[in-house]
Amino acid sequence: MESNTLDRIQFAFTVTYHYLFPMLTMGLAPMIVIFKTLAIRKNDERWNEIARFWGKIFGITFLFGVVTGIPMEFQFGTNWAVFSKYAGGVIGQTLAMEGTFAFFLESAFIGLFLFGEKRLGQKLHWLAAFLLFIGTWLSGWFIIATNAWMQHPVGYEVAADGSVQLTSFWALVLNHWAIYQYMHNMGGAVVVGAFAVSALGAFYILSKRKVEYGQMFMKVGVVVGCIASIWMLFPSGDRQGKMIAEHQPVTLAAMEGLFDTKDGAPLVLIGQPDMEKQRLDNAIHIPNMLSFITYQRWDAKVKGLNEFPKEDHPTNVPLLYYSFHIMVGLGTMFIAIMSIAAFWLWRGWLFSANWLLWILMLSFPLPFVANTVGWAVAELGRQPWLVYGLFRTEHGHSPLVSGGNVLFTLLGFAGMYTILSLLYVFLMLRRIDQGADELGAEIQAEAN
Amino acid sequence: METVWFGIVAFMLVCYVVLDGFDIGAGIVHYIVGRNANERAATISAVGPVWDGNEVWLLATGGTLYFAFPALYASGFSGFYLPLIMVLWLLIMRAAGIELRHQLNDPLWTSFWDFVFSLASILLAIFFGAALGNVVRGVPLDATGYFFEPLFTDWSTTGATGILDWFTVLSGVVAFVALGVHGANYLALKTEGEMNTRSRKVVSLGWFALVLVTIASLGAVLYVRPQILDNYYYLPVGWLIPAGVVASLVAIKFFNTTGNDKGAFLSSSVYLAMMLGGAVYGLYPNVLPALDPAYSLTVHNAKAGAYGLSVGLIWWPIGIIIALGYFTFLFRTFKGKVAVEEHH
Ligand code: HDD
Ligand code: HEM
Ligand code: HEM
Repeated sequence: MESNTLDRIQFAFTVTYHYLFPMLTMGLAPMIVIFKTLAIRKNDERWNEIARFWGKIFGITFLFGVVTGIPMEFQFGTNWAVFSKYAGGVIGQTLAMEGTFAFFLESAFIGLFLFGEKRLGQKLHWLAAFLLFIGTWLSGWFIIATNAWMQHPVGYEVAADGSVQLTSFWALVLNHWAIYQYMHNMGGAVVVGAFAVSALGAFYILSKRKVEYGQMFMKVGVVVGCIASIWMLFPSGDRQGKMIAEHQPVTLAAMEGLFDTKDGAPLVLIGQPDMEKQRLDNAIHIPNMLSFITYQRWDAKVKGLNEFPKEDHPTNVPLLYYSFHIMVGLGTMFIAIMSIAAFWLWRGWLFSANWLLWILMLSFPLPFVANTVGWAVAELGRQPWLVYGLFRTEHGHSPLVSGGNVLFTLLGFAGMYTILSLLYVFLMLRRIDQGADELGAEIQAEAN
Repeated sequence: METVWFGIVAFMLVCYVVLDGFDIGAGIVHYIVGRNANERAATISAVGPVWDGNEVWLLATGGTLYFAFPALYASGFSGFYLPLIMVLWLLIMRAAGIELRHQLNDPLWTSFWDFVFSLASILLAIFFGAALGNVVRGVPLDATGYFFEPLFTDWSTTGATGILDWFTVLSGVVAFVALGVHGANYLALKTEGEMNTRSRKVVSLGWFALVLVTIASLGAVLYVRPQILDNYYYLPVGWLIPAGVVASLVAIKFFNTTGNDKGAFLSSSVYLAMMLGGAVYGLYPNVLPALDPAYSLTVHNAKAGAYGLSVGLIWWPIGIIIALGYFTFLFRTFKGKVAVEEHH
């Protein structure tokens, strides 16, 4: 295989794997702050135990986020040298700031949060949790700002040597694409955290271990999950769609499987794109809906793929199309599940509604899927560009690193990450099992 | 302005080597200082709360390098492709060794992670040393500004070079010994009783090796890259750096014999800073010398745009001052000796 293809596979694989962990830590961090706040406000030691319990899960997940994140930062240079030289004058800015402002913060306060409770006292421990939350969310900001610039470049000029250089710092860090992408992406992380907390609550209730704590998990998880799930569709998902329609219309057409330009375009629910015949097979759709949600007019014209030159089409239209439909489909399910759960919780029926508890318990992997395919939408939709409209993916890889070398490292990462996955699952299952014994057993955290 | 950024990147690199150096060093001497599972657990507790923060200096250095000298980042990282990816794997293994060891109280589990931690640390030291050796020796950059080196070729420092040759391997050995001594100093500082005694002994024996390899590497550098002295003749204050190396070596020995662990640790920190500083001082304005000097990357042809660099001069100091604040707080919260616990 060509080295460019392998570079793409390696990057996609390692970043997708990396992001599995931050989406959980970024989602749990605010929940832990909520637990600590409840502990102090209500002066109830049980919330502290819950904060400690989730803190440990956070700690293991954080570690995996760190070790898989480091390769990401290196790979811009190792695998995408030409791109780095081209765009370093702009995105070096946000990546360097991430290290300076976010990683230092996170790495200092994770130690203090996990091991320092006794030495710090409750107030400072709350602060450590809060700063940890800020750290993970800042990290998210800088990386999203980087990605947003690649989706929608702003605040740059082309220098004499052909590279791009920054001309406006604020344009870069306040890129409107970044703001909407961030709102949506962080919402996605909170959905992950909320489903994880509710699912474990449901598990403790259904397995009749620590029912009381399970209920406390669920109260917070379901309320947060309901708000976050709705947030994903409106306003944040809606904004994302409109942004794509405005700045990457060809991507929108591919996401929706719209081959021909139409007045009053339908919204497709299900259907399989057939690239040879350029049409959608077995389509079930809502007439005129796509036009309405993108332009607020039932008969607005939406451009189809065929309107654009072939070399600007996203390289993998079917995968992009499916990723988008899976994300939106799951998003709709999340709203349904969480709204019912919230209503049942309000009426006081939730903890005895076994069918609903089963659904909540089993659905915790789905937000991970939704976030992953969401990124596939963003990244596949950006193709064939590495920097949208400016720099093509095929030109970005390191010129002298041969395919054989990349395959070697790709296989190495695959092996390494397989082992990491097994370890993670093993450690999580143990934590969940032990947690049930620790919670409420008056065991103080082994705060050094 | 690019000179300022050269200084900043060098400063961050020194911070990384001094800080993460003691974690790596603790891994190098892991089995010598910790004779049983409980003692090895104490070593892990000594690095546990701080290693991640130390490693972030590597990331921050990398990020700053990318920011200030994108062309260097691009050709350096792609040219050292294989060893860098291996460094990544080693960093993953080391982190797992430190953090997963205490997750399970089982002798098989802990001894496995002890081994992983120590092996990864030893190899990391050697790889880092070899990488620095490559930069000092020069790499086969061509007119396109890129190069690619296989892991090894015929072990000579000219012609078709590999990452490893006799010179870079020697640099790897220097790093191994220096970080070992540094790590032992850290453990002496953080432990009591027998572990403390053993750590000091490692330092006092390691010291002789350190003097030896320092002299050897100095000779080798002058042989491989005699131009490194140019800057020293041009701006003689630079001679303070080698003087600092000698002074810090003497100080390590002095504090080690007088039993002042803090002094010894600070001295080995200074030693590392001076050794790196010496190389950096000699290299400037090159950031990546080529075997054919016409193609060398310098601060001038590798730098990012002026506007971006000047914006960085505003946020960088703010960020670093805040970061230094956290770390002072972190180290103070966890200051003091770690205990060897008996419950394992
Ligand atoms: C829990 C996860 C989750 C859920 C339920 C949704 N999304 Fe999403 N979506 C993401 C998680 C996500 C993400 C992982 O966060 C992405 C990837 C890049 C980004 O900024 O957010 C994303 C990207 C993304 C994009 C592409 C942006 C780009 O190309 O840069 C669009 C158009 C939408 N989303 C729209 C929606 C709509 C209309 C949803 C309706 C419910 C929806 N998303 C639910
Ligand atoms: C700042 C954040 C990110 C940046 C700068 C970034 C950059 C890149 C680059 C350089 C490539 C390789 C070139 C290409 O094929 O387009 C790529 C591909 C890809 N990335 Fe991202 N990425 C980011 C975040 C993510 C995340 C978080 C995910 C997933 C969880 C992701 C998923 C992918 C996928 C699936 C591809 C493969 C697309 C393809 O090759 O067709 N990216 N991205
Ligand atoms: C190409 C893209 C990416 C790069 C280069 C990258 C780089 C890194 C690095 C180096 C770390 C370790 C930091 C440490 O040692 O403390 C890390 C962790 C982290 N990353 Fe990424 N990352 C990428 C994608 C993402 C994305 C898309 C997000 C979220 C939006 C994200 C969020 C985080 C967070 C929150 C952490 C902290 C550790 C954790 O919570 O698991 N990263 N990343």
